[in-house]
Amino acid sequence: MLTLTHFLVLAGLLMSIGLAGIFINRKNIIILLMCVELILLAVNLNFIAFSHYLGNVEGQIFVFFILTVAAAEAAIGLAILVVLFRRRQSINVDELDSLKG
Amino acid sequence: MTEAIIFYLFSTVAVVSALMMISVRNPVRAAFYLVLSFFASAIIWLLLQAEFLAIVLVLVYVGAVMVLFLFVVMMLDLNIVEKESGFTRYFPIGIMLAAITFFSIYYVLGQKESGMDVFQSQPLSTAASHVEGYSNTKELGKLLYSEYVYAFEIAAMLLLVAIVAAISLTYRRRPKTRHQNPDLQVSARHEDRIRIVKIPVEERK
Repeated sequence: MLTLTHFLVLAGLLMSIGLAGIFINRKNIIILLMCVELILLAVNLNFIAFSHYLGNVEGQIFVFFILTVAAAEAAIGLAILVVLFRRRQSINVDELDSLKG
Repeated sequence: MTEAIIFYLFSTVAVVSALMMISVRNPVRAAFYLVLSFFASAIIWLLLQAEFLAIVLVLVYVGAVMVLFLFVVMMLDLNIVEKESGFTRYFPIGIMLAAITFFSIYYVLGQKESGMDVFQSQPLSTAASHVEGYSNTKELGKLLYSEYVYAFEIAAMLLLVAIVAAISLTYRRRPKTRHQNPDLQVSARHEDRIRIVKIPVEERK
């Protein structure tokens, strides 16, 4: 029998993998952005699972808006990435330290 | 029973492809593993009867966002054969953080106080629990165009702003190419183009 916990654990696993990916992939901002997408996917899975088990469609409305914002975020993030690569010829996170942060 | 098989099969696919995504070097392969993860998640969303969003996930994410990722990878001309120093250096802390996050989520789910035990006995409802002619898309549309219409329009504006931002960030005018200047073209007047010079007739000597 599939309960809500099954779906929440799956979402938790996907989110943890995305989080680990952000720490592991320090050479490549593109994979970093993909990890953010993975975390957003896990959040959406949570929303849909709760929406199903509570019998409430409004969780799915929220997922719709998250998808919209994530698409906009990916477009702008990749645009910034392209500009960055033109300037620096590199997308290595460790080399992007001109702000001395 | 069938639902359990589908759930375990496709959640395994989603988790394994997500693990592959974070561990491969090649960004193109990572993008394809993420696509596989999205497909498996879309099937799990279908299992949860969110049909519209499952289709939107495939169309928007796999069809648009991931293709955008692949195009950017193609444009960047990356050198993939880099030293793997970063991977091993940050590997332990990454795994540790992921484990801490996962087990704190898992711990909360097991708590009595979290109210999660209400759902423990509730099985996944099947298609038979809906009235005949129920449509997930119609239900979403009804809510989206009535109660959430203001948020919907803001989302549309957000996408427009994202288009303008992405284009204006990446737009680059090459100095060597020749352009038309529509402003100058439209504002051109024939007085500026032709100058009629009156030359007095000279007498032949």
